[in-house]
Parts: sequence; C-alpha cells; structure tokens
Amino acid sequence: MSSHNVKIGLEVHVQVTSLKTKLFCSCSSDYRGKPPNTNVCPTCLGLPGSLPVLNAEAVKAGLMVALALKCSISDLLIFSRKHYFYPDLVKNYQISQYDGVGGAAIAKNGFITINFNGGPKVVRIRRINVEEDPGKIIYPTGSLLTSKYTLIDYNRSGIALLEIVTEPDLTSPKEARIFVDTLRSMLEHMGLVNTELEGSLRVDANISLAGGSRVEIKNISSSKDVEKALAYEIIRQSKALEHGESIRRETRHWDDVKKVTVPARIKEVEEDYRYFPDPDLPPIKLSATVIEEVKSKIPELPDQRVERFIRTYGLSEYLANVLVARKVLADYFEECVKTCKEPELIGNIIVNDFKRWVEELDLSMNAAINMLPPTDLCRLIHLLNGNVINIKILKGVIPKVLKSGKNVETVIYEDGYADISDESVLMRIVDEVIQENPKAVSDALVNPKAINYLVGQVMKKSRGRANPDLTNKLLIKKLNEIGRASGSAG
Amino acid sequence: MIYLMKLLRNDAVELVKLFQSDPNLIDEYVMETYEVIDEVEDLIKSYITLRPLDDVLRDCREVRERVRKGFKGRLAGLLIAVKDVIVTKNLRTTCASKTLIDFLPPYNATVIDRITAEGGIIVGKTNMDEFAMGSTTENSFFFPTHNPWDLSRVPGGSSGGSATAVSAYEATMALGSDTGGSIRLPAAYTGISGLKPTYGLVSRYGLISYGTSLEQIGPMARNVGDLALLLSVIAGHDPRDSTSLYVDEVDYTRFLRLTPIKNYKIAVIRECIEEGVDKAVLTSLNRSIYLLESEGFEISEVSIPAIKYALPTYYIIAMAEASSNLARYDGVRYGYHVRVEDRLWDEAYSEVRSNGFGIEVKKRILLGTFVLSAGYYDQYYLKASKVRKLLYDEFLKIFNQYDVVLTPTAPSLPPKIGEVITDPMKLYLSDIYVCTANLVGLPAISIPAGIVDDMPVGIQLIGPKLGEGTLINIAYIHEFKTGLKNLTPTVVRPYVQS
Ligand SMILES: [Zn+2]
Repeated sequence: MSSHNVKIGLEVHVQVTSLKTKLFCSCSSDYRGKPPNTNVCPTCLGLPGSLPVLNAEAVKAGLMVALALKCSISDLLIFSRKHYFYPDLVKNYQISQYDGVGGAAIAKNGFITINFNGGPKVVRIRRINVEEDPGKIIYPTGSLLTSKYTLIDYNRSGIALLEIVTEPDLTSPKEARIFVDTLRSMLEHMGLVNTELEGSLRVDANISLAGGSRVEIKNISSSKDVEKALAYEIIRQSKALEHGESIRRETRHWDDVKKVTVPARIKEVEEDYRYFPDPDLPPIKLSATVIEEVKSKIPELPDQRVERFIRTYGLSEYLANVLVARKVLADYFEECVKTCKEPELIGNIIVNDFKRWVEELDLSMNAAINMLPPTDLCRLIHLLNGNVINIKILKGVIPKVLKSGKNVETVIYEDGYADISDESVLMRIVDEVIQENPKAVSDALVNPKAINYLVGQVMKKSRGRANPDLTNKLLIKKLNEIGRASGSAG
Repeated sequence: MIYLMKLLRNDAVELVKLFQSDPNLIDEYVMETYEVIDEVEDLIKSYITLRPLDDVLRDCREVRERVRKGFKGRLAGLLIAVKDVIVTKNLRTTCASKTLIDFLPPYNATVIDRITAEGGIIVGKTNMDEFAMGSTTENSFFFPTHNPWDLSRVPGGSSGGSATAVSAYEATMALGSDTGGSIRLPAAYTGISGLKPTYGLVSRYGLISYGTSLEQIGPMARNVGDLALLLSVIAGHDPRDSTSLYVDEVDYTRFLRLTPIKNYKIAVIRECIEEGVDKAVLTSLNRSIYLLESEGFEISEVSIPAIKYALPTYYIIAMAEASSNLARYDGVRYGYHVRVEDRLWDEAYSEVRSNGFGIEVKKRILLGTFVLSAGYYDQYYLKASKVRKLLYDEFLKIFNQYDVVLTPTAPSLPPKIGEVITDPMKLYLSDIYVCTANLVGLPAISIPAGIVDDMPVGIQLIGPKLGEGTLINIAYIHEFKTGLKNLTPTVVRPYVQS
C-alpha cells in the first residue's frame, strides 16, 4: 500500500457540544432526542426578516482550539456566506468563514503532533472555521432511492461547528485514524466536545495516490471508519491504477453500513460558493485581551497529561498514551488510582482488558464505565491482592460484567470464582438467607444457638465457599440489627 | 365639543393629546380613516393587506382602556401603515411577491413591537415593488399603486404604498424601508416627508432583507413633526440586530423648533444639479435654497467627483446581496410551494423560483449571482466596496465643514404608470441622488419643496452619522417657511374636509 505514495488530508467537523445555545440564536444546542422541528426559532429556520446574533462562547471555543493547535489567529473575526442550494440549509447559504479575498478563517497555520510508530509526527493544520450546522435530512423509508419524498428536521440547524482542516500530511489510513483520535482527545480535554454524542464529530477525507487525482470521501463519523474508508479507497484506486484506468477527481460517500465508498451525484461544474462577507455580521476585532483570557482557561492538554501520567504514576509511555487518547478513560484511570493506588496494575487492566472489551463489545466508553465504576474495579484489585482471586479470574470477570451489566459481586458470586471472604459478596448471601428463613431468624433472635442453622444455609447457598468466621460475624451483626429494629417497634 | 375639521387632519402629536383627554375619540378617528379608505383605496391601491375594521376597532378598544388607566403611549391610538417588507405576527407579509403569497410570520419585527408598545395600531400592509426592488411600485405581484396627485402616475417606490397611504390620509404615518431611496423617492413623489436613518439606528430585525448593508426602516409622514415622533419610537439599539448601533434613545421632537440649533452650513452637490434635472425640480430647489439663505444659513456648492460612480456601485452591492438574501425562497418551509412527491428537490426549487419571482427580481438575482461568481468578485463586489469607502471618505470631508448636504430627491416628476418599466436605465437613474446616502450609511430626509403643475417636488438633505436631529431641525424650519405641510391631493380633499 505504501508504495503508492498516498497523500491524505482531513476536514474534521466537530460540534461544540459544551455550548448552551446555537451559534446565531438562543435555541438550545442540545437538539438530540427532541421531536422534529421543535428546537427552532425564526433565525435558525432562516425565516424572512430574521437575523443572526453571534454566540460569543462559540468564538471562545474556536479560539481555544486554535491556541491548542498552535495556529495564528486572525485579527478580525469575519463570517462569510457560503452559497449552495440544499434542502437541509435554511437560507440556502451557510454562515461560515472563508480564507480568501474578503474573508478570513478564525485561525490558520497550526499543527498537531501525533504519535505514530513510536515516534512523533507533525501534521499541519491549514485552517479552522467557525460555522453553522445544517438541518438533518430524513428519508421516510430509510433510503434515498425508495423514498417518495424527504423529511427535514431543523433541530440541528444552526448548531455551532468547528471545521478543522489539515494539510495533506498524512500518509496512511492508520495515521489518519491516530490523527483523529489525537484531535478528539484534545477537544475532549478542553471540555468542548462530547464525542460520544452521535454526529458530534464528522470527517471528510481527501486522498490522492501518486498518478491519480484527489478524491474526497464524505460523511465518515468515527476514527475507526476513517481508517476503513481510506483503506478501502487505497485498494479501489490502486487496483484501478494497476488496470491502467485513470482516477477521476470526484466526491464519494462513505456507506458506514456496507463499509464501502460510493460515488456522489456527479456535478457538471465545479461548485462556486460565491463567498462574500456576511453583511448581517460586522467584523469583530479579536483583541489580545480576549485571546489571553481564553489562553488562561485552557486546561491540561493530552500531551501534558501523558507526561504527568509517566512522571506521577510511573506508567510506560505506551500505557499513558492509550489512556489519554480518550479523556473519559484517563479520568477513569485517575479515579481508580485515587481509590486503590495501584497505578501500573490499574493502567494495564484498563488498557489491556477493559478498553479491549469495550471495543470488542462496541460499547460506549461512558456506558462501560457505568457498568464497572472505579469502586468495582478497585474491589477486583482488592480481591486480587488478598489472593481471593487470581489475575486470570479478574480478567474473566471484566467481560462478564460488561456483557451482562451485572455488578462485580454478582458475577463473582454466581460464577463461584472465589472462596467468599469478601464482606460485600458474603453479605448478599447472608441477606438472602435471612430473607428466606424468617422462622429460623426469629428462633435465632431468642436462642443464640439457633444461629448455626443459618450458618449452614449460607454455606449451602455458597456451595461451601463462604468463609465460616466471616459468615458468623456477619450473621450476628445482621441479627443484632434485626433485634434492635423489632425491639424498638415492639 | 365641536371640531372645525375632521380628527384625522390633526398632526399626530395633537391627536395623541386629544385621545388622552377623550379616549372615545380614537374610535371616531379610526372610523374617519376607514371612510377615507373606503372612498379612495380602489383608486390608489395602497394596501396589499388591509386589516378588517373590526380587528382594528378591537385593538382600538384595548388602547382606549389602557389610556383610561393612565397609559401615555407616544403613539396611543394612531393608525400606522406598514410596508409589506416588515414582518408582522399573524398578519400576512408578502413582500409583494408570489413567493410569500401566504406567509404568516410567527413573529414581529422589532419596530412593530416598539410601535405597539407605544399604543400605535397597524392599519395594514402596504404595496411595494417586489422585495423592494424598484422605484415605481409597479413591480408588485399584486397590482401597481397610483399616485394620489395624478392617478395616471406612479407614486415612486419601492415604498409606494406607504407613501400613498399617508398622502391620501389612509393612515396617519407609515413605515417604509429604504435600500437605495425607497422611502425618499416616493415621499417626494407624493408630497410627504420620509427619512432614511443612519445605518444601524433602526433595527432591521424583521425587515425582509434585500440589500442588507444598505437598508434601513424609516418613518414617512405628512409633516416633519409626525416624522420626528415616529422616528423617536422606532430608533434605538436592538440586541437582535448585530448591525444595530449602541445609541441612547433620542426624542427627536425636541428638534422641532423654529430657532435653528446653530447657524447651519449647507453644501449643495454640484454634480447633482449640473445636468439631467428637470426645470420644475431645479426651480423648487432654488426656492428652498433662497429660503434657507434668508434664514441666515450659509449655502455653498461643493463637488463630490466620486458621486458619478454611486449608481453602478449601489446596484452591484444591492444585487449581490439580493442574490444571497433571496436564495432562501425555495418553497420548503413557507410561502409559495409546489408538488414535491416523486420529484428531485432541485426540480421543485426551480419551479418555485421560476414561478414565484417576478422579472425584476430574477434579473437582480442573476446579476448579483454573476458579480459574486469566482473570478468576478474582485472585479465587481470588491471594487464596489472600495468605491463605497471612497465615497464615505469624501462625505466625511464635507461634514468636517458643513452640517448637511442638499440635493434634489429625484431628477424629475413622477413618471406615468408603464412609462419607465420598459426603460430600465431611466428607471435606475431616478435613484441617482438618493442611493448615495445608502452607500455611505448616512441619514437623509426628503421633504416637499414645491408643487409644480399640481405635482409635488421634493428635496433631500443628507446629514452626518446620527445627524437626524439636524435634519429634522432644518426640515422643520423649511416646512414652516414654505408652508408645505399636510399637503392634500385633490382626489382626497372631499373626504378629509368636514
Ligand atoms: Zn433558533
């Protein structure tokens, strides 16, 4: 593949999901899950007479990204109108930015350093635009071809987007994927984008092979698919080139169900967007004060965090990088370390087991963390350290938790992985036995010797794995509680 | 109480005072106005949408009750006509276009909220050139409007319906919009006053855009006092319009005084009187100059060489912005729409836009699209923006020495209906003196300067940025000196006299 001398450039569109309102009106930026066309107003519907008013927070978000990506920032903030007709675009122009005569991008000429093949690689950023998201096209049958008409939901119309465009510095699909992951982690760390929300990050990829033409692949919605789509294109194009066919300059769509790229409708002419500065939005000076203010609010970024993880927790560079590639994962790691203080072990378990299973089971990171919260992961570590379970069992418990949604104790209890000397696991059995044997409980309350029957029941229920001393202790404790409760009631 | 004349003949300020003393008079005034409308509307055709009398009376009752409880709204009880380019909640707003034939806006323009907050009552939506593109009000999808002074002539445009509604006493005052003279030209042609404010003084929120960077909503009235009152209500900062200026509210009626605020220096632009001006217009202008000089004002001739580029510059910018602003009319969300089932969206769009827009609108969209196209942007739009800057600098220099600039409003008397619609150059030339103020964003007022052959003639005063007070002060003195106030066309006279 690499023999083809591949050049890849990416256009990444991210929604600034941290904003309260849309880019130019006061509608909520939280548009997901609302009935169609209810999160709208005259402005984001482009009704005649309506006007845009800039959300200053969106500009600050753009500036923060620009600073983090080491871009040079424009003196003036200029919005331009980008004209094209399409039903999801309410005004038939998009308020965007234009890096050309009469316009300016909010920032340009930056770079991101990614970690590829064990070494750093610099990917240049051409520019960053602040722009509005269009509405959403819905085909009633699910497919363009079979639908008699199209529905449009404008709830998304006007959501603030950042368009981040790279130079064609990427040379392989893998590298492109790592770039997207690196960028995503930066955006997550800045607290601007919740990338787990559907559609919050979309990528268009430009790819050209030596001897071919530039092909644009639109509509890719994850870094994994960026890699797949580009790999698909390289095979398709190199095959064509080998057969002596020429590669047409074209736009293709990524079909994320079939995992193929398909040609978009062919246009006879090159699109002319007729950019001109939006007269509804006078240029605004981006003052040094505002830029300094934003700069001072940039939180710890991934590269700093990786460094800190290595320094503070003694993690390997590899572990630190993998953890920090997803902010939630790095946060999860730090939460766990706070509770059970075994950074290296925890880091290894999270990266090699937890993360692997999350990906294998195609779960969202947040959902998986909810299933195995830091306290539960620490309980496993605790059991491991107490030699109650071994590392093999621990590794087996994680996928079971993630697949079943049951908690650690239940899995351990049900599967009989351990001699049960963990208090919380045993307590569950004790509770059950007490529930199921009210007669024996009332006997034991008056006759301490009758407790032996209950101990026997616990042993039976745990298939002999319950630690007898602990069982006794827990039963007495429980009975005391019940005795106190009924005493005060009587 | 016995009134010597009909209520509606009173100045707005007087009417409001009368209504305060006797709120029942509001109904009487409304009835009088609707009687005039009944008599003349069929001849003149000011309104695209006239509100039913019952609806207006209901609003009246509400205002009356508020007044009884002590409400002192500056417009309480006054009937105001609104150009159909300004959106009114639940009141059809068409822009005189088939594309918006059934458009019921779900919201009010800021100016409408401001007017109703002061107790003003909307009579109806007035006729105009489609999307404000034109100077005669003939480019309306619905019908042309007739000049009440001579029904065979145009009232000017594009705010023709607002001008005739005021001139013919079908409303006390009106809102127009002015992209390249669209308030001032029809004001001059119908013998009333019209003011285009400084760009950013009046909110554009709810003004359906044509030439965004050029246009302002402004007041139209039969006398300068009424004009100042309406301007005071609609002017002021609006956070919903990003081009709105941060200005304090000003009561412009305090400029209604016969002693001039200062000894004004007035510049007459040589290029505007040298050639192409009708004799009738020049005669009126000269009389005004004489009157103002006799008031002790200093009047000199100045030259603005760049003014010869104003008209082409204006049309390039207006059309470029129009091509962008009018892109949204595709029939999907509102307005004129066509069958879409089993059709490609672009096919349906083409049908909507082909059938929905009139010829003048299409022409301007096409020209605007052309001047914004790749390869032509620098040559046209960018160059026009530079000329605009040049013109602004020249005006700035003039206002370092002078208080106002004086020109004719239009080079000639209003043309006959149908006369210029086939001659676009002649039509575009009528904007020649007025469009400059839009290019430089400065305030300008047109006031009556004479009646020649029973047709009114107007002159224009252009002021420095936010110089509305100066314009009103001079206009008020001029109005007093000439007696050209509350001019009443013959056709209306029988219905407005007691
Ligand atoms: Zn909105």
